[in-house]
Amino acid sequence: MDYDPSTMPVAAIADHRFGGHSGRLGIRFHARGEGWIELALPWRADMVGDEETGVLASGPIIATMDVATSLAVWNRTGAFAPHATLDLRIDYLRPARPHATVIGRAECLRVARSIAFTRGIAHDGDPADPIAHVAATFMVPSGTYPRTATGTAS
Amino acid sequence: MKLPPYAALLGVAAERAEDGSPVIVMPFGEDVLGRPGFLQGGAISGLLEVAAIAALRHALENEGGAEPSPRIKPINATVDFMRGGRDHDTRAIGIVTRLGNRVANVEALAWQDDRTRPIAAARMNYLIEREG
Repeated sequence: MDYDPSTMPVAAIADHRFGGHSGRLGIRFHARGEGWIELALPWRADMVGDEETGVLASGPIIATMDVATSLAVWNRTGAFAPHATLDLRIDYLRPARPHATVIGRAECLRVARSIAFTRGIAHDGDPADPIAHVAATFMVPSGTYPRTATGTAS
Repeated sequence: MKLPPYAALLGVAAERAEDGSPVIVMPFGEDVLGRPGFLQGGAISGLLEVAAIAALRHALENEGGAEPSPRIKPINATVDFMRGGRDHDTRAIGIVTRLGNRVANVEALAWQDDRTRPIAAARMNYLIEREG
């Protein structure tokens, strides 16, 4: 996550230019809808983990999914709240195809008082043939997540 | 120790502990930044993965034998983020808890000033593809 939550409305995600590590990786917004959000990670030679095959390292895919699942929480609550990734689990179902853009799709399962639960997949063109599956939880270090009409926790 | 192109993007370098095991160091900077003043979780995860794979390669070398060295493929990883990563160098090590014939279980730990206060830890499973 590399947003300054205090200065950005959620609707501005689509126009956001990612800075920091996300910007270095070339992560950009792809699409969003009710309950889901997608980021894109175009393939680049300097993100390769295995020079023989050209397969991306796992780090850039984790980074993309960390940001995507984080955004999925804010996409659900409709407001930014500063939060931190508590844990992230990733299963690498198959290697990403060299030169293919990776799409990270994330959804928020539930926002409790101070913990949010998410899941997501990464694919390189066909969502039915994912390259990775992710489950991540987030926490607000102080205070609570904003409450929304869509049934966040009591 | 040869590190992948992605390690150069992260800006990491390999050191050696007294026992010869690899320690991976990642300087703080814009390229690994998340929210202002803190490391990005993905960059920390990437550092942990580089450390885990370096430890696994080191363990395979110590095991001797097989040439060429086996291929290592990640199966999964679980990362716990314990503290925010601040404006300091971050170091990470991998610990191979079991080196089997086909699967290796590896833990990794990242810290800044105080190794007893980790900023993140991970468990990874790797598939080992040996020739023949």
